[in-house]
Amino acid sequence: MEVKNRIYNNTLYILLSGELDEHSAYNTRIKLDEIFEEKGFKQIIIDLSELDFMDSTGIGVLIGRYKKMKHKNIPIFICNPSTHAEKIFKMTGLYEIMPKII
Amino acid sequence: MKNLKNEMTLTFKAISINESFARACIAAFCIQSEPSLEEITDIKTAISEAVTNCVVHAYPQKIGEVKIHVQLYDDSVVIWISDSGIGIDNIEKAREPFYTTKPEQERSGMGFTVMESFMDYTDVIKNEDRGITVKLEKYFKTKKSFAVGGLNA
Repeated sequence: MEVKNRIYNNTLYILLSGELDEHSAYNTRIKLDEIFEEKGFKQIIIDLSELDFMDSTGIGVLIGRYKKMKHKNIPIFICNPSTHAEKIFKMTGLYEIMPKII
Repeated sequence: MKNLKNEMTLTFKAISINESFARACIAAFCIQSEPSLEEITDIKTAISEAVTNCVVHAYPQKIGEVKIHVQLYDDSVVIWISDSGIGIDNIEKAREPFYTTKPEQERSGMGFTVMESFMDYTDVIKNEDRGITVKLEKYFKTKKSFAVGGLNA
């Protein structure tokens, strides 16, 4: 799992590439938390266009990041989920706290 | 009576790196019956959830084993994922959405819910000796009509 990021126009863009499961969750969590410590953004957009697979472990990772950013009043949005990820997000209600943007 | 097309058994250590291997292996095996891409993805996800449960919960004191047995039919697949670990005290509780015994680890508690949503039939059985077996069934709807409630119903 690779995590890329850049800040542009007060927005932190995150690109997740690879598979988000139990094996990659720990390092993904650490990497995202490091990136979220940076300054200069008021919202976060997580791009899932290069996420080949995720299961409910990934949901746990995303919810954990949401809780941390909620304390800082920084909203997180999702974009470009696969059909498969979309199915999991709708089932778990994740879009209610991390809306999808087009 | 359905004709068994193929059958396999896979055993591996209950460590997280093997989750991807299990997904790919079972998916590759199921390809013989020509499921749709969506059906294969559903199976991979359910496998991932069941194996993750074994990795995270079954063996707190050691590295144990996961055993996956697959029976493949022309229009369906039956998969058993077994461990010989500590078991589950309250299976009904464990299957509730968002229930987890490890909230401090940021676990969503949605493993069984995902399995139930992505597969056509899910059962969780306490093994006679030790551990748990999760039984999953998926009907390849693009192939033929299917019966609801399990192949053995």
